[in-house]
Amino acid sequence: MTYPGSRIVSLGHYQPSKILTNDDLAAMVDTSDEWIRTRVGIQTRRIAESDETVADMAAAAAEKALAASGLTPADIDTVVVATCSSADRSPNVACRVADRLGIPSPAAYDINTACSGFCYGLATVDHAIRAGASQRALVIGAEKLSAITDWTDRSTCVIFGDAAGAAVVVPAETPQSVGIGPVVWGSDPERSHAVRIEGWQPFIQQEGQQVFRWATTQLAPIAQEACRRAGVDPSELAGFVPHQANLRIIEAIARKLGAPNAVIARDIVESGNTSAASIPVALSKIIERREIPTGAPVLLFGFGGGLTYAGQVIRCP
Amino acid sequence: MTREEIQNGLSEILEEVAGVNPDDVSEEKSFTEDLEVDSLSMVEVVVAAEEKFGVKIPDDAVQDLRTVGDAITFIEKAAA
Repeated sequence: MTYPGSRIVSLGHYQPSKILTNDDLAAMVDTSDEWIRTRVGIQTRRIAESDETVADMAAAAAEKALAASGLTPADIDTVVVATCSSADRSPNVACRVADRLGIPSPAAYDINTACSGFCYGLATVDHAIRAGASQRALVIGAEKLSAITDWTDRSTCVIFGDAAGAAVVVPAETPQSVGIGPVVWGSDPERSHAVRIEGWQPFIQQEGQQVFRWATTQLAPIAQEACRRAGVDPSELAGFVPHQANLRIIEAIARKLGAPNAVIARDIVESGNTSAASIPVALSKIIERREIPTGAPVLLFGFGGGLTYAGQVIRCP
Repeated sequence: MTREEIQNGLSEILEEVAGVNPDDVSEEKSFTEDLEVDSLSMVEVVVAAEEKFGVKIPDDAVQDLRTVGDAITFIEKAAA
């Protein structure tokens, strides 16, 4: 059976309890609270325990999203995990999450488009539901970036954190109830060198100025295109949840997007940059705080390593 | 464009993007050390300068623009 579209019914998120402050970092490398706040806007980030895995965090977030949906594990037929920091290549994180939650036989796959991963995952699940290949899906963004951070590199170690966020996606039975708009996705392979996680025991490396320039000059028109494809004017957006890369990038894109009525996600301040987890975590917290009414349009917009990007307007669950 | 015209244009950009007092801007001043323009604001200055002067300043070139004079020379050559 095919459907006119799909919608998010619930979200959940998980963050490790250990908090790393800017002052903690200043004791490790040559930096300061003031330097970090003015460059990237981060005050704290969460760091996983050494034996805590991407799959552990993904399962914890998925469990919460599933509980909030009212569905049971047996209802889920598809599990997608967006991550670029899982230590193991196989089994993939999606299979581990399914095992942990007791989901009996789902289609289970990981995707890696780094920081844009959640929006890519949401798009693939939306398409699978439209095509009739899936009916009840979990889409998860989960990262343990602390494991691939060079803790001696002051330009990168202040940025990243660990987290997971998950969404339950179901069919929209009628065109009126469609809650995930058309995806606008793409990449900029010419700039692939700007963010790198290379080799078997890698560290994240990035060309900060190049990424900042790309993000602040190239992305706002793409975000506007996602609104146009959904038939929503940016001024009508009730929320804008971009990848939590850097507060100055978030504010620059928001300004150029022109969404004066939108709640702008700024979870980076307390969570740092958690790559594929940042959008579902920020959205889950906004919903938990009831900052956006059910049914209101929210633009999700992921961008980062690749360089890749993807965005879509959703209806707030 | 004369060097003075370029410097005046840069002063306007520096004031708008990074809050630099135009009186502090002169050729020998370093963007980061003297004018306290951080690395990300420097990118914003470069993007605004490209627009204002109709030139291309590639990512690789930005590293070499240490002083206001370096930027004026780059823009002067690029616009010629």
